Amino acid sequence: MKVVVDLTRCQGYGQCAFLAPDVFTMKEEALQYDLDPGDEQREHVLRAAAACPVQAIHLDWTATRHLVEQRMAAPRMTDGRIVIVGASLAGARAAGVLRRDGFAGSLTVIGDEPDEPYDRPPLSKQVLTGQVPPDHTRLPRLREVEAEWLWGTPATALDVAGKQVRLADGREIGFDRVLLATGTRARPWPNEAEAALEGVHTLRTVADAARLRQALAARPRRVLILGAGFTGSEIASACRELDLPVTVVERGSAPLVSALGGVIGDVAAQLHREHGVDLRCDTTVTALEGDGDGRLRGARLSDGSTVEADVAVVALGSIRNVEWLHDSGLAAGVWGVACDAGCRAVDTNGLVTDDIFVAGDIARFPHPLYQYQFMTLEHWGNAVAQAEIAAHNMVSDQAHRWPHLSVPVFWSSQFGVNIKSVGVPTFADEIVITQGSTAERRFVAVYGYQGRVTAAVAFDQGLWLEFYQGLIERAAPFPPEFRHVDRREPARPVPARVPERLVATAEATVVVTGHDPAERRASLLHTPHS
Amino acid sequence: MTSHSAFERILEPSGRADPYPLFAELRKTPVARQEDGTYVVSTYREIVELLHDPRVSSDRRNRLSTDEAPDMTPSFIGLDPPEHDRLRRLAMRHFGPPHSPGMVDGLRPACLHLTTELIDGIAGKRQADLVDEVAYPLPVAMICRLLGVPEEDEPQFHAWADQIIETLGPGEEDRAERERERQAVGLKLEGYLAGLAEDRRRQPGEDMLSGFMTYRGPEGGMTPQEVVSTAVLLLIAGHETTINLIANGMLTLLRHPDQLERLRAESGLIVPAVEELLRYEPPVQLVSSRVALDDISIAGTTIPAGSPIVLALAAGSRDPAHVPDPDRFDPCRARNEHLGFGGGVHYCFGAPLARIEAQIVLAELVRRLRGPRLVADPPPYRPSPVLRGPRHLLIEYDGVDPA
Repeated sequence: MKVVVDLTRCQGYGQCAFLAPDVFTMKEEALQYDLDPGDEQREHVLRAAAACPVQAIHLDWTATRHLVEQRMAAPRMTDGRIVIVGASLAGARAAGVLRRDGFAGSLTVIGDEPDEPYDRPPLSKQVLTGQVPPDHTRLPRLREVEAEWLWGTPATALDVAGKQVRLADGREIGFDRVLLATGTRARPWPNEAEAALEGVHTLRTVADAARLRQALAARPRRVLILGAGFTGSEIASACRELDLPVTVVERGSAPLVSALGGVIGDVAAQLHREHGVDLRCDTTVTALEGDGDGRLRGARLSDGSTVEADVAVVALGSIRNVEWLHDSGLAAGVWGVACDAGCRAVDTNGLVTDDIFVAGDIARFPHPLYQYQFMTLEHWGNAVAQAEIAAHNMVSDQAHRWPHLSVPVFWSSQFGVNIKSVGVPTFADEIVITQGSTAERRFVAVYGYQGRVTAAVAFDQGLWLEFYQGLIERAAPFPPEFRHVDRREPARPVPARVPERLVATAEATVVVTGHDPAERRASLLHTPHS
Repeated sequence: MTSHSAFERILEPSGRADPYPLFAELRKTPVARQEDGTYVVSTYREIVELLHDPRVSSDRRNRLSTDEAPDMTPSFIGLDPPEHDRLRRLAMRHFGPPHSPGMVDGLRPACLHLTTELIDGIAGKRQADLVDEVAYPLPVAMICRLLGVPEEDEPQFHAWADQIIETLGPGEEDRAERERERQAVGLKLEGYLAGLAEDRRRQPGEDMLSGFMTYRGPEGGMTPQEVVSTAVLLLIAGHETTINLIANGMLTLLRHPDQLERLRAESGLIVPAVEELLRYEPPVQLVSSRVALDDISIAGTTIPAGSPIVLALAAGSRDPAHVPDPDRFDPCRARNEHLGFGGGVHYCFGAPLARIEAQIVLAELVRRLRGPRLVADPPPYRPSPVLRGPRHLLIEYDGVDPA
């Protein structure tokens, strides 16, 4: 049977680990589970799903979130042609929601990968340690979605005027409405010859995970990880669980700095070192070196030192799959596809389109809590929530559309610690530990920007985050100054040490052309990116 | 006495058999101040919010009134983090994940065996009291077995536990007197458990009490006093609630014979049915021990710092803004998010055990009893408005099928 846990909702109550101990395991609050347990576990899994206090366990037949009936009663578009480009979490979820909401027309889902959608979070965790086989990560069919699923057929162009999606095999698929959800891919090592060495990996797809699992199972002498973001840190954690020697090279001053700032980054650095990771910060890899037979032998670092390793994982972030939209006229580029809060794509003139929607890792949307700044979020929960909003809006008239205003939530588990975040931690100038203690690795850190609360991060304290989410939504004053439980020391805000914001427009320039209103147009000057 | 608030009427014994219309009235004011300064919260969203609010303390020592007798050594239910977290983790180590993940699930065969014996015990009759003969002995035997309390001491336990339960609850007028009674009984129970714990230290077995006494980790272990207060908590919370869950459950099923028939036909249905029972007739109706550490603004009301807070869980689980058609008992209810076990860091420690016991015993009663029917509806209730359930549940039946 297929199981997936919405870890954005999960609060670590652990009821599932009690009731189905062979399927769900927990270390403190960090939940791991088998997404495809055998039939002999069926009863146990049913009991666990029923017992989840926040109903975060989704099984074969479980559909999307429960909606109050009156909200469902609005008029709908029930027929016509809808095309979804991208068949991963967001695309698949949107397809399920369209059918749930009564869309009975033709539905086509286009995916570039060869098979059904799968869940990515386990790929950098229990798949690498061998607890879950790579082919156990398929997502449950949110319901048996009646759709034409085109696997292994990348889309190559979008014709906005002609309302067609062009595929790599030359076919053209017409639509009345289209959802763009092509997601991201792993950023490869820029030196192609070095990237091609045997032993050099990236981790994004299930195939990547299977290859890396195999390489780790062969017990390399040392694993080198390039980048200590969430993916790199999780891989390092999995390697240490396998008792493999690991070197992590990070350009910033500590792991997770670009997501959580330097204060929490320092805690993360201690976590790495306590678990035996050879962590090199403020350092980059300058070259990967092979032996004479094309196998990785080691790496040269910016500090002049070398590391001998027979496996390297390039974990330097991701690239948004938007090249196929290059000539579409949409405001699409390396920063994503701009859209409004209702997931409707925006063209290069800043006009909102009627029939083109965006969701998931490529959707760049304005968030009122963060000064209407356009942001893209590569979070599981965002893909799901945004797909549901987009699908709803695709079949609703304008009086019944919903905005995607959910507060960002993401999580990671590494070195046995469950890290969960609400809000945007980089949107901050100060940080304060409100509950617990960083020394015990159990705490809540609250982020503030110009005197209001903008984010909170918990290490094994996920149950409290709902409260802090409320503070963020109400723009509560920072630092929070009330009396509450588990305050260990006087709350003293310190600089959050978040990285300087990079301006995405460095990669593209907009020029305005034309003389009269009918001619006047904005267009993007693309520059090739590395 | 029309001036009585909805909440005061809920506390009166006359409302015990069916408090739900009163809970509906209570929900009209989501956060309702009582004359004694207590704030009663009755809507789902607000209850969940306060269960996750670090400004809400479970430690009675934070209450403003200082005239009450000093409490027994608080167990983790009456403590806040970090003390709560440390003690609960130390207790969990011997009960569930991550250190004893299969422990509770492994109790299924023993639970079924005990259930079979109890139901065999009423097989020769045509009338039985399901509370005294089934709902009570099962959880008591299970919790005693887990903790390592000898079988022959169980009846004494039940008496002590009953006395303690009846002194719990909101209301300030007779609080001091109830505290004194509770303390007197508590001392006897503590004395007994301290002796037992000392035996286990000298001769450890596989039970939880032995684990509590002997485990020492990086953050230390439990002190002998903490062992006793934890054991008292688990004994009381671990059986009074489950007795009510089973009794309320059978009562509800007997009132819905069509659903009982369905359950007989589809054995897997017992799992969601128990969740629905936890929502529809929860054994823990009120959480009455919380206190605001700071001014808390919620649903248009400010709860001043130092105020006692009562969370009306039973009202929240039937909030129509959260659950469609909340007063209907529907064993197949989808996505049933209820407050039957509370929420937040104090989420019921024994929930997995209660679920297993209720699932097994209710399924077996439904399967084996032929033609069961209520003798009295409503049955007589225990006095407590907090832990609510029938004192007796007399039924008649045509026979009992073999196990």
